[in-house]
Parts: sequence; structure tokens; C-alpha cells
Amino acid sequence: MHRSVPDEFGVRDGDLVEIVLPNDLRAVRPPEEQIMRELLQRRYSDECRFAIRLALEEALTNAVRHGNRNDASKRLRIRYHISPKRVIIAVRDEGAGFRLDRVADPTKQENLERPSGRGIMLMNAYMTKVRYNETGNEVWLLKERAARAKPVSRK
Amino acid sequence: MEQPSSHIRVKRADGVSLVEFADRKILEELSIQEIGEELEKLVEGEPGIRLLLNFKNVDHLSSAALGMLITLNKRVKEQSGQLKLSDINRQIFEVFKITRLNRVFDIHETADQALAGFRA
Repeated sequence: MHRSVPDEFGVRDGDLVEIVLPNDLRAVRPPEEQIMRELLQRRYSDECRFAIRLALEEALTNAVRHGNRNDASKRLRIRYHISPKRVIIAVRDEGAGFRLDRVADPTKQENLERPSGRGIMLMNAYMTKVRYNETGNEVWLLKERAARAKPVSRK
Repeated sequence: MEQPSSHIRVKRADGVSLVEFADRKILEELSIQEIGEELEKLVEGEPGIRLLLNFKNVDHLSSAALGMLITLNKRVKEQSGQLKLSDINRQIFEVFKITRLNRVFDIHETADQALAGFRA
């Protein structure tokens, strides 16, 4: 079970700021706002910040509700790194993980009107890269500051 | 008619219930749940409702908010009502497109266009 940032993300574990939180969607607000403030200070575009906020929100919701099963006694670990060129955020829960290949495609006609199941898809669409650790209880988000940060949409 | 700490503002005009959101960011699970409940009350209280959700104040939403809207859409249809969305900004509309929900909801650029679109 590798606890490290994926090699292809281009930073070392030591570069990451770490925050440990109780499993509560209200407790994650302050660190989330902190990250968003730093992005603003670093002049990340409105487009980038929108994308990161959305992906981060989805990652946190998945960790709290699915990974940690809404168990208030569990914890979340957020690790992040903001540089001029890229933003890396990892969210880890204390759950048993999940199988990515078992997640249904929410854009298929039969799933379109389901009320849930879009978090992973949105993270993939809005981030440059999304990676999971082997167990599936930690997600790594990479957003590169590009000239045109457009999300990938299917035709 | 506004409740204290309500997440929505409701006005009536020409038999249409016009809703605006008080929150710029529809992200928090608790808020989304409360918004969903407030909207559901409106729908249950008026079978055949013509409901317009104006997103002009909204600059962020999460997939949980989309889920709430999907459930609302179903409820409105069950009650033979009509639901329209308007004034969705470009970034938020992109989210609807990526999730293909732009095909599920009746989305108009402006509130006026939406109002003109309600069936009698």
C-alpha cells in the first residue's frame, strides 16, 4: 500500500502540507478555504480554481460518505502542495477502499437520472490527473496550470 | 414568504413560482438537503406547479446538488408540473454538459425565456 505521491506528479512527499481532520463535512471547510485562498494568492485562474474546488469537494464527499461511511469517529487526511505550475491534493480516508472498475458510468442513459455517482467522473473531467492508491482509500488530484484549462467533455 | 435562514427566495408571477438561491455556493451537504426539502415543500403544496429555478447567484455547485435537482425534477414530473432552470453561468453549465444533465433538465438562458416556455 503505497503512501506516497504518484511519481508522475513531480513532487516529493516532503513537499506536501498535511492536515488531519475528523470525518465531518463541516470540519473540512477551513482547510478547503485555506487551499482556495492560496490558489487565489498564487493567481490561479478562475477556471482553475473552479475546477479544483469542484474536484476537492467531490473527493472530500466521497471520503466522508463512502470511504469513512459517515462515521464521525473516523478521520480524513488531506495532503497538498501548491506550486507555480501545479496543484496536488490528496484525500485519504480510513475505509477499506473500493474498486474503480465497479463504478458505473453516470452518463449512460440508464444512469443519467440516478441522484448520485458523479463524483469520480467530475474529478476526472476537471483535473489533469486523478490517481488512487492500491487499496482505493486515497485519491490524488493533479491540476496543472495551463494556458487553457478547459475540462474534458464528451461529445 | 421567507423563513428565517432560508436558502431560497420565492416569488410568484403569472402562476409561476420563481426561485432564487440565497447561497452562492451550493456545496454543503446539509445546505443541499435543506434546499431540497424547501423545494419539495413547494412542489407538494402545488400539484401541477410551474417552477423556475434561477441560478444567477450561484457560482459553485457539487454533484450532490445535481442529485438534489434530479430528485426534484422527478417529483415535479410525478405531480404533473413543469421545472425549468435559468441563468446558469458558463462554468456551471459546463458541469451540466459534462454530466449530460443538460439533456435531463429544461434549461433556458434567461428567466424571461423560461417564463415564455411554460405550457399553459
